[in-house]
Amino acid sequence: MLRSILSDDLPRSRWLALALLAILVGLAVAPFLFPGAKSLNVAAKICVFIVLAASFDLLLGYTGIVSFAHTMFFGIGAYGVAISLTRMGAGWDAVAVGTVAGLVVAIVLATVIGLFSLRVRTIFFAMITLAVASAFAILASQLSDLTGGEDGLNYRLPAVLRSSFSFGDTWFGVRLNGRLLDYYLVYGASLVLILILLRIVNSPFGSVLMAIRENPFRAEAIGYRTVVYRTIASCIAAATAALAGALLALWSSQTNPDTTLSFDIMVDILLMVVIGGMGTMYGAVIGAVLLVFAQNYLQDLLAIANKALVGVPLLANLFHPDRWLLWLGVAFILCVYFFPTGIVGRLRQKR
Amino acid sequence: MLETKDLTIRFGGHAAVDGVSCAFEKGTLTSIVGPNGAGKTTYFNLISGQLPATSGRVTLNGQDITTLAAPRRTRLGLGRAFQLTNLFPNLSTLENVRLAVQVKSGKGYDLFSRTLTHRELIDRAMAHLSAVSLADRAQAIAATLPHGDQRKLEVAILLALEPDVFMFDEPTAGMSVDEVPTILDIIAAIKQRGDKTILLVEHKMDVVRSLSDRIVVLHQGKLVADGKPAEVINSDIVREAYLGTTAGNG
Repeated sequence: MLRSILSDDLPRSRWLALALLAILVGLAVAPFLFPGAKSLNVAAKICVFIVLAASFDLLLGYTGIVSFAHTMFFGIGAYGVAISLTRMGAGWDAVAVGTVAGLVVAIVLATVIGLFSLRVRTIFFAMITLAVASAFAILASQLSDLTGGEDGLNYRLPAVLRSSFSFGDTWFGVRLNGRLLDYYLVYGASLVLILILLRIVNSPFGSVLMAIRENPFRAEAIGYRTVVYRTIASCIAAATAALAGALLALWSSQTNPDTTLSFDIMVDILLMVVIGGMGTMYGAVIGAVLLVFAQNYLQDLLAIANKALVGVPLLANLFHPDRWLLWLGVAFILCVYFFPTGIVGRLRQKR
Repeated sequence: MLETKDLTIRFGGHAAVDGVSCAFEKGTLTSIVGPNGAGKTTYFNLISGQLPATSGRVTLNGQDITTLAAPRRTRLGLGRAFQLTNLFPNLSTLENVRLAVQVKSGKGYDLFSRTLTHRELIDRAMAHLSAVSLADRAQAIAATLPHGDQRKLEVAILLALEPDVFMFDEPTAGMSVDEVPTILDIIAAIKQRGDKTILLVEHKMDVVRSLSDRIVVLHQGKLVADGKPAEVINSDIVREAYLGTTAGNG
């Protein structure tokens, strides 16, 4: 049963199994364990970024495709839902139309980019995706009638997802409102998407992707049409990223270039995959959790350290909350240096 | 039957393979010999589709395959083992062979079933590994195998493709003396079946003499001799090609 759900891809490390279980249960009970708007927001972001990082790992870690256009597909999904909710009003029909439209645009674009440019060498493909993604980001900010430009879009969610919607009083001290429903929608959808990706990478198709990553020349020579496989993998990754974007739009009731299309996010998911461990879906999960956590709580942590060190001349300054990016950078460098195969690769080695 | 007609490839002005016409019958083993740089591997690349021909034709069982891409040729029954070991380095030995078995099964586009549930593919891959006496290394990562075992794995991948035409490019190169018989036995066994076409590029003349039904000599991209092993090996033209008494060799 468990083997079937996890598609035979068991954690193969006690610590990894514990970490994954902690994430699964922790996110499931997050609204009750850590009540409050900020922590719920962080939990939902973790869910969305787990899916986004995992879909990127399908490209980078499993197929060996280096793409910088992944946030573009994330943005397409988010803007699809945002635009339709803005235009059609706050109904589920708008959500459905927006999601499907986002999916179609993402898949068509991924197919076109794939068929035109997946024949070229890795580095050139990376450059092409960078150019396309930059052009798209500019387009999104210029078409302000449609996308709201740099300010983005603010819109109302379907009634049952708003905090004004109530379906009971309180439970364990938590108000049973639309936000709670919204969170579990994001959580459930993310869980399903991760399990689907896990199945795909452990399918016969997934085995061909890994063969292409290992030796594209030989994969061709034994009879696999690598361009077709790479293009299909790109489409699946793009579609999943678009769905992650749609989930983000459904969670945050605002969509703008900074939260969906920016190059910062592209760097973030690249780091999530590399730190967690390329070529393992679980690595993307761990990496996403760590990075989103660090981005949201490292400053708080530094503030505590700063308080404790008040009066110590240099150290207090070094641990100032404003230095959080410096410490994040140091943490990454140490991570990559000590775990070249990522955290999951390291844990699995140790068996 | 595999046939090439006036097969030529030019790199700039230099013809690496120059108008080679040759037919390879079912059930025969043809050795392709010639000095280094004679165009043997390039000829193989033209047949199996790694390089596009400048002119001329390649036909397989009457079908013109000159313009087909390599994967398509493989699926039509053209199997090739490479001179330089060319594996999936970070996958297991078993997975290397299983991937080759999977091509024929047509399951490559199956996205939603678990690989491990396709027992028949795994069992067939194991059988091919046993044939090259690598079954006990099935779970080893390919890159960690010693050179001789990697050569055997290369042959196991070729066996797993179950082709009509087997192309071996120096299959015993770099192998220790006691490992060579395993490979030669496999080639002899394929020949025994009588319905396969075998092409062999090999430098070891004793191997060539003992296995071949026919020897083709390439020299500076041209086919210069073709016949029974005993005739060809002792012919003047072969001595000339190997000993380099003609101008421009080297």
